[in-house]
Amino acid sequence: MKRVTFSHSPIPYLFVLPQIAIIAVFFLWPSFEAIQLSFYLEDPWGLSNEFVWFENYQTIFEDPEYVGTLIATLIFSLSVTFLSLGLAMLLAVQVDGLLRGGGTYRPLITWAYAIAPAVAGLVARFLFSPQIGPIYDLLNPDGEPPWFEPALDSIDAWVVITSGAVWRQVSVNFIFLLAGLQSIPRSVLEASRIDNPSGFSRFWSVTFPLLAPTLFFLMVINFSYAFFETFAIIDTVFPFGPPAGAASLVYKVYVDGFKGADLGGSSAQSVVLMLFVLALTVVQFRYLEKKIHY
Amino acid sequence: MTTLTLNSLQKTYANGTHAVRGIDLEILDGELTVFVGPSGCGKSTLLRMIAGLEEITSGDLMLDGSRINDVEPAHRDVAMVFQNYALYPHMTVRRNMSYALQNRKVPKAEIDRRVVEAARMLQLDELLERKPAQLSGGQRQRVAMGRAIVREPKLFLFDEPLSNLDAQLRAQMRVDIRKLQRQLRVTSIFVTHDQIEAMTVGDRLAVLNNGELEQIGTPMEVYSKPASEFVASFIGSPRINLVSGEVKAGSLHVDGFELPGFSQISDQPVKVGIRPEDFVLESTAKMSLQIDLVEELGSDELLYCVSPTGLDYRIRRPGGSGHKVGENITVSVISEKLHLFSSQSGKRLN
Amino acid sequence: MKVLWVRYQLLNHLLLILGVAFLALPLWMVFASSTHDPATIIRDGMQLGLSDQFFETYLGVLTEKKGFTQQVTASMMMLNSMILGVGFAVGKIIVSMTAAYAIVYFRFPLGTLLFWIIFTTLLLPLEVRIIPSYKVVADLGMLNSYSGLIIPLIASATGTFYFRQFFRSVPDELLEAAKLDGAGAWKFFIDILMPLSRTMMAALFIIMFVVGWNQYLWPLLMTTDESYSTIVLGIKSVMQTIDGNRLPEYNRGFALAILALVPPVLIVILFQRWFIKGLLESDK
Repeated sequence: MKRVTFSHSPIPYLFVLPQIAIIAVFFLWPSFEAIQLSFYLEDPWGLSNEFVWFENYQTIFEDPEYVGTLIATLIFSLSVTFLSLGLAMLLAVQVDGLLRGGGTYRPLITWAYAIAPAVAGLVARFLFSPQIGPIYDLLNPDGEPPWFEPALDSIDAWVVITSGAVWRQVSVNFIFLLAGLQSIPRSVLEASRIDNPSGFSRFWSVTFPLLAPTLFFLMVINFSYAFFETFAIIDTVFPFGPPAGAASLVYKVYVDGFKGADLGGSSAQSVVLMLFVLALTVVQFRYLEKKIHY
Repeated sequence: MTTLTLNSLQKTYANGTHAVRGIDLEILDGELTVFVGPSGCGKSTLLRMIAGLEEITSGDLMLDGSRINDVEPAHRDVAMVFQNYALYPHMTVRRNMSYALQNRKVPKAEIDRRVVEAARMLQLDELLERKPAQLSGGQRQRVAMGRAIVREPKLFLFDEPLSNLDAQLRAQMRVDIRKLQRQLRVTSIFVTHDQIEAMTVGDRLAVLNNGELEQIGTPMEVYSKPASEFVASFIGSPRINLVSGEVKAGSLHVDGFELPGFSQISDQPVKVGIRPEDFVLESTAKMSLQIDLVEELGSDELLYCVSPTGLDYRIRRPGGSGHKVGENITVSVISEKLHLFSSQSGKRLN
Repeated sequence: MKVLWVRYQLLNHLLLILGVAFLALPLWMVFASSTHDPATIIRDGMQLGLSDQFFETYLGVLTEKKGFTQQVTASMMMLNSMILGVGFAVGKIIVSMTAAYAIVYFRFPLGTLLFWIIFTTLLLPLEVRIIPSYKVVADLGMLNSYSGLIIPLIASATGTFYFRQFFRSVPDELLEAAKLDGAGAWKFFIDILMPLSRTMMAALFIIMFVVGWNQYLWPLLMTTDESYSTIVLGIKSVMQTIDGNRLPEYNRGFALAILALVPPVLIVILFQRWFIKGLLESDK
C-alpha cells in the first residue's frame, strides 16, 4: 500500500471493474461450474444430472488409465524441468564466462522464446517422422527392424514430446539464468578466484548457491509449464491422438470432456488439476517468504 | 622474506586506454606500501595486476624472484581485502574465513585454530555463525580482513578497504589495520585515494598519477621533498600554495620579490610551492598580505590571504591566533622551505 | 596458463555454437524443406539445403484456400493471429494497468477483497478450467468471435501484478507533488503515471503479443468456424488434410509453420531489450 493515496473517488471502482468483471465471468464462474459439475453424473443422453458426491473422483482414481496418465505426466514434467534447466544452465554459464562476444550469443538464444509450443510440436513431429524424419532415420538405421516407433510405443512417444518441450523451454530458462548469473557481484567472484584455484569447485561452492533462488523459481515455472501447458505439443505431434499412455492430464481432460462428453469425469479431473496448481503455488510462495535474503 | 618487484609493468585495455604506463617499483619485506593517487590514476588496476585479476600487458611481476605474470590468483599466495568486502553472502562468517584454506586441503584442526585466532584478534568471536547480511559495515570489514589473515599469505592487498565506512569508523580502522600489520609483519599493499589515510597508514607511499609513478618514499620524504608539482599538491592538507615565478641569473623572481641563491638552477619559468605552515609572521618582513577569510579549526587557524599583486595564499597559524578578516599581515618564508618545480615538466628542481 | 585460458574460451564458444545450432537447426530444416517440392521431401526426407520452390510454395499457401472447408488461406489465418495477438496484448495492458492503479493508489472498501480475488487467478491457468470456460463462452454466444477469443484470456492477473509492482516503485513524492499541483486521480493517471509507464507497457505488449499469437488450446476449442482459425491452429488442421493425401504436401505444412513463427520471432529479436526487461520484471 502506498503511503499516500487518493480517497473519496469513484475511480478505483471504475478502474478495477473491467478486470474484476472479466475474472468473474471467465474465471470464477467456470471454476465454480467445474467444481460443481465434478459432483454430478450425466446420463448418456444428457437428459438428467445426478448428484453423486465424490463418485467421479473415486472412478478416476480407480481408473488405471488415469493413474497411468498422472504418473506419466509427473515423470514427463520432471524430465522437461531438469533437461531444459540443465541445458540452459550450460549455455548461460558459457555466455557469462565469455570476456567478449557475450552480447552476440544472447539474442541468438533468446529468440527461441517466441516459438509457439504448437510449432515446437510440429518440428518434433517431423524430425521424428517415420516418413521424412532425419532423427528417426538416425535411430532406426536402414536394414534393421526399427526399435524407435513413437506412433506405437508410449515411451518413444514421450521422448518425442519431451524433446519438443525441452527444445522450446531452453530459451526461457536461459534468459532468467543469465540474468541471475550476471546479478552475482563481480567482487565476490573475484574473491573466489583468489581463494580457490579450481574453476569447477568455484562454480559449485559460490555461483550455484547464489543462483539458488532463480533456480527454484525456474523449477516451479518449468514444472507448471510441462504439467499444464503442453497440450499444444501433444496435439501437434499426434494430431490424431497419441498412443495409449502418452497423454498428459490436461490432454485427457480435453479428450474426455470435449470429445468424450464425460463432463462429470473431466470436471473431476480438472478439479484435481486445480488442487495440483494450488499446491505448487503454495510451495512457491512459502519459499518466497523465507527467501534467502542476502 | 617476501619481496615483490615490478618491472616496467604496463596495462593497456582493448579500447586503447593506458591504465598503467611502465611502473618500476620494489615492495620491501614486512612493509606496508601505500598506492595513493586520484581516481583513475591506475592504483587499483596495479593492485589487481599484482593479485592476478587483471592481465599484465607487458613487463614483469616478480614475487621472491619468480615471474608470476601468468600464475592464477589462487596460486600466488596473496590475500585481498576488497572495497565492498566481497564476502560470500550465503556462507557464515566462519565458512567465509575457512573457505580458502579448505580449498587448499589444510587440515581441519589447523583451519579451526587459525579461524579462532583471527576472530579473537578482530573481535569476531561472537559473530562466527552469522551471515554477512546480519553484520554491520564495520563488522563485515573485519570479516574481510579475517579472511585474509587466516591465509597467512606472502602478500596482503587492500583495495580501498575503508572507503565505505563512516569517518569515525574509518579513523579507528586505520589504526587497527596498522597495528595488525605491524604485529603480523606481512608485506602489504594498501590502495587509497585519501592522502591523509596514506600518510598515516604507510611505511612508504607510492604516489601515482595517470598511470605513472610520481614518487616513492616515506611519508615525510614525500611531504617535505615532493618530487613533482603533482605530489606537492596532492599530499598535504591544507593544500600547498603554488605560485608562478621565474629563475633568472641565479635569482628567483616570484610575486614581485627577488630571491638570490638559486644559481644551481638554470634560467626557466618555475612554479614555487610553499606549505601553509612555512610562513613566518614577522613585523620586519617584506611581504604584505590581506586576509580575506579566516577558518577557525580549533587546533589550527587557516587564513586565506591575497597579496598586493592579487595572488592567493593559504596560511596556517596556531588555533585561536585571533586574526580577523581585512587584517593586514606581513610574512616571510625561509629559502630552504621553498619547493621549486619546472613549469614545463612539473619535476622538482631544488 | 595463458594457453589454458584461450582453450577455455574456445570451449565456451564451441558449446555456445552447438547450443545455437541445437535451437536453430531444426527450424532451418523446416524452412529449407519448405522450399523443395513435396516429392523430394517424401523421397529423401527433410532437407538441409535450399531449393527453388520458395515463392511458389509461400505464395500458394498465402493465397490458396485450403483446410477442411477449403475456405481459409494462410493470409487470413495470419490476420486472425495478428488480431488475437494485438487485441490480447492491448486488452491486457488496459485492463491490468487500470486495475493495478486502483489497487495501489486507493484505499477503498472491498479493495483488499478484490485484490485477493485477482490474486487467485494466478493460481489457475486456463488449461485447468478449459471445459467450463468453453461452456460459459458458448452460453454467452461468444463462440467463433474475436471477443470470445480474446477476452477470456485476459482473466489472469499476471499483467495486474506486473503493473502493481511497478507502481509501488514509483516514489510517493511524485503523488504528493501532483496533489499539491491540483491533480486529481484521473489526471495523475493520465498525465504522470502513464508516461512513466511507457517502457513497462511496451515490454508487456511484446510478451503478451507473443503469448497471444502462440495460443493453441483456447482457439482450438472455441473456433469451429475455420475463418476464425489462427495460423498456429492452421498448422494442425492443414497438416491433417495433408496427411490424408496420397502425396502429402509437406512443403506447404512447413511453410505454414514458418509463417506462424516469423512475426513473434521478429518482434522478440527487434525489441529484445524491452522484451527481456519485461520478462524479468513480470516474474519477480
